[in-house]
Amino acid sequence: MKSEKFKRLVLISLLYAIVCLLSVNALALETTRTITPNGLTVLHSENHNLPIVMVTLLVKAGQRHEAKEKAGLANLSAKLLGEGTKNRSSREISEEIDFIGASLDASAGNDFTTITLSVLKKDLDKGFELFSDILLNTTFPQAEIDRKREEIKGSLRQQEEDPSFLAGRAFKKEVFGKHPYGRLIQGSTDTLDTITQDDLVTFYSDFFLPNNAILSVAGDLTSDELNAVMKKYLGVWKKADLPLIPYGDIAGEKAKKIIKIDKELTQANIILGNLGISRDNPDYYAVSVMNYLLGGGGFSSRLMQSVRDKMGLAYDVHSFFSAYKERGSFQIGVQTKNESANVALDEILRQIERMRSEMVSDEELSDAKAYLTGSFSRRLDTSRKIADFFASVEFYGLGADYISKYPSFINSVTKEDVLRVAKKYLDTEHYVLVVVANQEKAMLKY
Amino acid sequence: MRTARIVFFSLFIFLCLHAAVYAAVIKEYRLENGLKVLIIEEHKAPVATFQVWYRTGARDEPAGKSGLSHLLEHMMFKGTTKYGPSVFSNTVQKNGGTDNAYTTKDYTVYFELFSSDRIALSIDLEADRMRNLLLEPKEVLSERQVVMEERRLRYEDDPQSSLFEEVAAATFKVHPYRRPVIGWMSDLGAIERTDLYDYYNANYSPNNAVIIIVGDVNADEIFSKVRSSFEHIPSGPPKKSIVSVEPAQRGEKRVVLQKEAELPFIILTYHTPSFPHEDSYALDILNVILSGGKSSRLYQSIVYEKKIALDVSADYGSFNRDPYLFYFYATVAPGKEIKEVEDALYAEIAKIRKEAPSAREVQKAKNQIESSFIMGQDSIYLQAMKYGIFEMLGDWRLIDTYLDGIRLVTPQAVMEVAGKYLKEDNLTEGILLPIKKVKREE
Repeated sequence: MKSEKFKRLVLISLLYAIVCLLSVNALALETTRTITPNGLTVLHSENHNLPIVMVTLLVKAGQRHEAKEKAGLANLSAKLLGEGTKNRSSREISEEIDFIGASLDASAGNDFTTITLSVLKKDLDKGFELFSDILLNTTFPQAEIDRKREEIKGSLRQQEEDPSFLAGRAFKKEVFGKHPYGRLIQGSTDTLDTITQDDLVTFYSDFFLPNNAILSVAGDLTSDELNAVMKKYLGVWKKADLPLIPYGDIAGEKAKKIIKIDKELTQANIILGNLGISRDNPDYYAVSVMNYLLGGGGFSSRLMQSVRDKMGLAYDVHSFFSAYKERGSFQIGVQTKNESANVALDEILRQIERMRSEMVSDEELSDAKAYLTGSFSRRLDTSRKIADFFASVEFYGLGADYISKYPSFINSVTKEDVLRVAKKYLDTEHYVLVVVANQEKAMLKY
Repeated sequence: MRTARIVFFSLFIFLCLHAAVYAAVIKEYRLENGLKVLIIEEHKAPVATFQVWYRTGARDEPAGKSGLSHLLEHMMFKGTTKYGPSVFSNTVQKNGGTDNAYTTKDYTVYFELFSSDRIALSIDLEADRMRNLLLEPKEVLSERQVVMEERRLRYEDDPQSSLFEEVAAATFKVHPYRRPVIGWMSDLGAIERTDLYDYYNANYSPNNAVIIIVGDVNADEIFSKVRSSFEHIPSGPPKKSIVSVEPAQRGEKRVVLQKEAELPFIILTYHTPSFPHEDSYALDILNVILSGGKSSRLYQSIVYEKKIALDVSADYGSFNRDPYLFYFYATVAPGKEIKEVEDALYAEIAKIRKEAPSAREVQKAKNQIESSFIMGQDSIYLQAMKYGIFEMLGDWRLIDTYLDGIRLVTPQAVMEVAGKYLKEDNLTEGILLPIKKVKREE
């Protein structure tokens, strides 16, 4: 039963929130990068400490590449990848994967879709065969489309129970407006109903191309072994021209927007924030340091120290910048009993204002840098993390020397930089505020 | 990390010598005060984890004080006579580390993850809070509020979790497993500083703890540091083990929870023995056959074929100190009836009680368990956790007993344990009945 009460486990992930897959230190981790004749970028990191192989294929096709009226297309495509190919039925695929104790999953995000395979070395051949089958031969059977569509609609309905889901959905919508980032990855019941088999087949054949993908492999295999399975299973993957995708503008108008959602709850679930930055913004590293101090730094952050430790108002309070190919968002999240919503919000806004108006101390700055650089080794301490990391570095174009350069990116951030980016990217006047709560009890003054 | 290059060099030598899969070399030490220390050298990456496992959890709490273990866990971060509040986590983080803790029914775990050149920092910090906790009254009051918020977040406002809580309380009438680890709200309000202090003194001692270190360390070197920091801590009183035996259930129980929710949710529980009971291995295989992966029986029949549930799962809580549960849960799909899902679950149960699974199904389940053990070794954190779990059951060497037992399970044995435990007299069924209030959105 859900008995293990992970006191603060949520928060571990928060520490990683901004630097997530993309951080660093001087770690001697060898990876080779090649581009195959069909245009596939291949990253290979060999280590033989465990008889396992981790594969991540990143395809540059996500929410960003969907039409508004077809929202949910990328996600539905990904979910259907294991559900029927020219060679196997849905059931045969899962039976074969489970029999070798492997996992094969696909999921879509804002900018891209990933297909991941985790397999024992002894079953590499079988694993790669199945991986290539779902990648190259998916047929999108109508019955499977209908089944998966209903499942997604059902889970959207179920998530209406979850206050953090409601808050997150409303926040996205306000911050990103009409841009694809403003929609749920699952789409909505209405848009899901408009997606046809043709749409799926077209999306799949337009984007799932070797010249639009990155293959990252880590673990117990040599380059000869990798080349052999690639030749055998991905040899037939043909490159083709990519469609031109017009990107929607992120409006980014400055205005205060407050959304209150009334539900029978004991806690107010609050998100406050605004538009953030893209991954290639030169301020990314200064923002990393600033956010660590504000609310990204787990138990050491200012928000945690004040809202949780001093005031006892919440179990969880955090902030993060989600940085995508295009501008992402900045958000602070907190859950507190309905009656404390105003007090918690006052304090959060006070902390934002402090960040915007006062220079951080030398000690804070050096602590933040020490964490961001010193925690790097833990971001590459498993084969799974290594495979994902290199795919991500490649996607965002961070460069082959990113690992060795990251500490200097962080260490060159000054107190003045922190203040400057706080003024630039935090806003106490124009923000989106979403409060899902029992509004009668919360009596918001905002 | 300056040591990284050297580390990766030595890695290759290590690999060639250790082809065997689970055969990590474990060094076991014991101090005179009773503290046990397990160290596994794992040089594949320049990182390490330091974990302190206390053999105390929700099952060891006095009546009326549920949530005590978990609140104390929170207080362990709120200052000692040597270091003030917040110093612990700040010290860890400014050295690039992460720290956290969790409480279960049976034990409480504190851990840090560091790059390996900083791992020794854990030793002083953990030794200090094993003995010198402050438990300042002001901090106790504030942290009690924090835990109440945690309870609201995880239970009060989460209908499915609320049902789990209801069902556990109904399934066990005697054993402390009936109480939630986080504690009932009114019990939380009743926990005083003195309760925490007494519980801390009774349970937080070297003879009631195990230290587990996994990572890029030299075992003998780090042990000598552990020795010098921990050997002065006196042994605590011998542990008074709470013996509580849940009487056999004689007849089905039923719980209904009416709460604001979107979809009905069902839980079925059956009392079962825990590992290393001789039936536990076949129960584990049974669990994987029913719910391990998308090819499993429950998913295929209830979600895929019949399309009556959004999700369905079984679970067997085998790694508990006392007998716990085999249980099922499912979210009813929109437009479908609770009865349809109930019937389908009971049909699957009836089927496995009557008919042995195929040899291939059993083999598949064994492959899945074996693979998850190997994949788990990718992470030093999970590796330490695995040894810790077995150590809490008596001895980390039970891992071998477990894997040997799994390999021997036959299709016949799976059918037999299903017949023995998944029966009506032994069942508690819980149902979440959604009530919906119309609210507005501005």
